[in-house]
Amino acid sequence: MSASSNMNWDRRNVLRAAMGLAAAGGLAACGSNTGRGGGSGSGTNLVQMFHAYGEAGTEQAIKRYAKAYKDANVTTQWITSSDFESKLFSALLTKNAPDLFEFHPQIQMVKSGQVADLTDIIDPVKDDFNPADIKSHTVDGKIYGVRMIDDPQFFFYRKSMLEKAKVEVPTTLDELMEAAAKLTTGKVKGLYMGNDLHSVNDTLIWSAGAQHLTEKNEIAYHTDGVVEGLKKMRKLFTSGDLLLGAPTESWDPSSFNQGLCAIQFCGMWAMPAIQDALGDDWGVFPFPKVTDSGKPSVYNGGWSMFVNAKGKNVDAAKEYVKWLWIDKKDYQEDWATSYGFHIPPRASLAKTADKLKSGNAAEGVRLFNEFGHFDNIGWTQAMRTAFEDVFANSVRKNMDPEAALDKCDAAVNRELKKLFG
Amino acid sequence: MSTTTKLDLASPASAKASSAKPRRGLRGSPTVNFWLFTGPFLIGLAIFVYTPILWSLWLSFFEARFTVTPDKFVGFDNYVYMLTNDDFVGSLGTFTAFAAFIVPTTWALSLGLALLVNRMRFMRAFFRSVFFLPTAVSYVAASLIWKMSIFSGVRFGLMNTVLGWFGIDNIAWLIDPNPPWYWLVIVTARLWLQSGFYMILFIAALQNIPDELYEAAAIDGAKPGWQTFRYITLPQLRATSTAVILLLLIAAYQAFDEFFNLLSKTTWGRPPLVELYYKALGESQDYGAGSAGALILTVLICAVTLLQGKIMGFGRGDESK
Repeated sequence: MSASSNMNWDRRNVLRAAMGLAAAGGLAACGSNTGRGGGSGSGTNLVQMFHAYGEAGTEQAIKRYAKAYKDANVTTQWITSSDFESKLFSALLTKNAPDLFEFHPQIQMVKSGQVADLTDIIDPVKDDFNPADIKSHTVDGKIYGVRMIDDPQFFFYRKSMLEKAKVEVPTTLDELMEAAAKLTTGKVKGLYMGNDLHSVNDTLIWSAGAQHLTEKNEIAYHTDGVVEGLKKMRKLFTSGDLLLGAPTESWDPSSFNQGLCAIQFCGMWAMPAIQDALGDDWGVFPFPKVTDSGKPSVYNGGWSMFVNAKGKNVDAAKEYVKWLWIDKKDYQEDWATSYGFHIPPRASLAKTADKLKSGNAAEGVRLFNEFGHFDNIGWTQAMRTAFEDVFANSVRKNMDPEAALDKCDAAVNRELKKLFG
Repeated sequence: MSTTTKLDLASPASAKASSAKPRRGLRGSPTVNFWLFTGPFLIGLAIFVYTPILWSLWLSFFEARFTVTPDKFVGFDNYVYMLTNDDFVGSLGTFTAFAAFIVPTTWALSLGLALLVNRMRFMRAFFRSVFFLPTAVSYVAASLIWKMSIFSGVRFGLMNTVLGWFGIDNIAWLIDPNPPWYWLVIVTARLWLQSGFYMILFIAALQNIPDELYEAAAIDGAKPGWQTFRYITLPQLRATSTAVILLLLIAAYQAFDEFFNLLSKTTWGRPPLVELYYKALGESQDYGAGSAGALILTVLICAVTLLQGKIMGFGRGDESK
């Protein structure tokens, strides 16, 4: 006879059992879903947070690298791109914050003590890193992140479409507008810069000969050149030559590959996908100069690895960052060139990466070196959002650019005052 | 005698019961039962509702950037900042415009659907289900369908395909605010999602109207159709209508998902919750300003709801008269 048959399951017992299960479930739920590993191996559990990359195989690659690490159990949280910033920031306020995460260098994270000083692990190889990457991660002589990849962003164009329309590669914003008009047909729009146009916020500033902030962390973007650029962007926005309302944003090359546009602003990461779709029928060029005093520009985006300074395993997390993003050069090259194309921030790796030595990839590297601009660590997310509002207001909504910039100035100055006093 | 016998039989049992230990649990003290059943919910309410509200109130008086445990007291600065912020104040205007349209439209559509479905003699259950099913769809999923499939700005979007048959160029429904086509997208999404639910409420209310009223009206010469609807149906639905309008207004205040997913990174078409998310929480991590804005909004919702209830007579208890 089984033991269970002896049990007297009256209503009270059933109710007690149900309540007990509910309570146990509730307690279990309080401590679950942390994303942490099962505690095997060395006993140290680390959680890393990544945004979801668009290129196939990236998630598996990151998890494969983590699995190969023997000194800790590293679990990966792979977050949908559009939710990444808000999820990361809110997670960092909790006990379940990731031990390490990828993001861009921003001074407010340093000032609020969210990111750990990584100077000691970078110093021995500092000279092998792109100096601009080191500068963009440095505050008061301390380095707060390890650059994983550099992502130059520029225009991709269909050679055959430009040849057919007898259009030369644009070298000024006016020429870009003329090209967009000539390339627009019944089914193809001349140009795509993303639905909200925010992909070109930064390049517009640089191509107008301005900067975001001065060396003293004062506003430097509010110039006549930027105002002129915003007016031209408004003209372009209302011209009917711009692809608007595309199903995917500019970081995804689908609109370009599917022939919805002749020119698209995108990142170097998209090169393999574009090559697969279009063969050699494409080229790249930088964001053209906006004014006579301006200069073409390329935004050198990218991602860096940071260690949560308030985490429980700061030293273990730093060891992992050192192992993966400093010591394991084969993984870094794999990460930079096996999925999308990115430029390794390590000079020694950038030199030996064969896939970046020829064709459009080599041209992308040249544009990166010649026209590239890196993140300013003092330009925070709140400032970035304020300048996005300038584009939304003046380019899309037809607000006077001066008024839109004045409004942005107020928001940026409020932020600067809080950060630098 | 039989009565005596019953009492005799009952007496020992009573004595036995009184000598036993007091019964615990579900049939014991009403107080214990009360706490047993309401305790878990009260604990949940305290932890997940009241504590965050109080914490938010506390945060609103502090410089709480990148932290929810701040130490720099700033008094009413966050409230002043939010109340003098054009975008936050503008979001209240956006909400007003949205509510002014969506509340009466959803009310009318729900009532219309309820009247139609209620009169159907054929496939009534089927049509009830068809109109009710969208209620089960998430706002995010519906927003994506609307954005990427129906109102996509490219030539293969459903609406643009239809317009193309008439030689009309593609419209960037959600990108260009001039003209503000985005309202069409937002309003249709919300109508599709909400109308079925309120239709069910109206159907229930319609079925509660006594047939005798219509029969009496017919005897008195009332014409079926508009006259009957105007003087019998509509007054009988007053309580339900008031509740529906109240729920719609609160839902309009809480609008977030479809605005956030359909209009990313705009400075227009932001209801208060979206504005709070962008300006104070989210990427900016200004939890002090965000909390101040949230509390301003809470006070506003309470005031408007009470005012609306007062005007519409909600809770007077005379609806059935």
